[in-house]
Amino acid sequence: MHIPTLAPEVIFHIGKLPVTNTILNTWIAIAIFLIIGLLLRKRINLKPGKLQNFWEYFLEILMGYFDQVTGDRKKTLRFMPIVGSVFFFILLSNWLGLLPGTGSITIGHEMLLRPANTDLNLTVAMALSSVVISHLFGLFTVGFFTHINKFIQIGTLVKSLRKGPIAIFTALIEMVVGVIEIISEVAKVLSLSLRLFGNIFAGEVLISVISALIPFLLPTPFMMLELLVGLIQAAVFTMLTLVYLTVMTTKPHGEEAHEAHN
Amino acid sequence: MDHASILVLAKGLTMAIGGFAPALAIGRLVAKAMESIGRNPEATDKLFVPMLLGAAFAEAIAIYSLVVVFTLN
Repeated sequence: MHIPTLAPEVIFHIGKLPVTNTILNTWIAIAIFLIIGLLLRKRINLKPGKLQNFWEYFLEILMGYFDQVTGDRKKTLRFMPIVGSVFFFILLSNWLGLLPGTGSITIGHEMLLRPANTDLNLTVAMALSSVVISHLFGLFTVGFFTHINKFIQIGTLVKSLRKGPIAIFTALIEMVVGVIEIISEVAKVLSLSLRLFGNIFAGEVLISVISALIPFLLPTPFMMLELLVGLIQAAVFTMLTLVYLTVMTTKPHGEEAHEAHN
Repeated sequence: MDHASILVLAKGLTMAIGGFAPALAIGRLVAKAMESIGRNPEATDKLFVPMLLGAAFAEAIAIYSLVVVFTLN
């Protein structure tokens, strides 16, 4: 019985660069998207053909869900490249892990293909990029000082110096809250990556163990559960990224009241 | 007690204690959702996605303890 290890296994080396079995799955997913993308691009038309219609249907459903989070179609369209790609990529790599080849084709003692999200490197990379991109969007949308002010609340402190002791006290407390927000950014990266990794890796271990015990019909309900879990985890990662993007690109509460006042 | 027995004990206890609160949380969440659907069956579609999202967040805590079990050796 071969339970997958936490670290992915290296299959071969390109020069000095080790290539693991999860990287192979990532390349396969990228290749599939490239082919579909190039096919779609040649045939984009105002009267959609079958392939374009198929993808437009899914895109419409996705944009409906994203509108519920951002509240604004223009914002959804602005975030769609990142959030949509993350969703489809995670979905495809999760579901590719259920096809008959992954896990059973072996090179030597190790499997040749392994679901891409069972690699902690990939999930941490995606989580880190999502959080960094949300910060960058925030910097460019609300401006440098407003964004920094959300975390190191010096602007609030300066403004409150004119108002009196209670306001200064509140501003000092808000400075501590700002530091806690910085810590919570790190927690966001950790939770995003570990959630995706844990779910998919646990599903992989479960299916390996069940297939080693009773390979005949018993893995079927577990594989269906894995289908569902793959979809839900992709949706959760995407929704969280979208929420972070939306929160970072909105102006903080007090400023809107101030602007309405003036 | 030798290393192997403490390891088994630690893995089991981690998962058992770490899975208890998320299970409770998901149970209460879905129960509330069921209640709302019972009162207002037309709202099922609107409730479904937020319920799943909430359940995934609660489940993530159990997954964290599972990852701790995997890293113990």
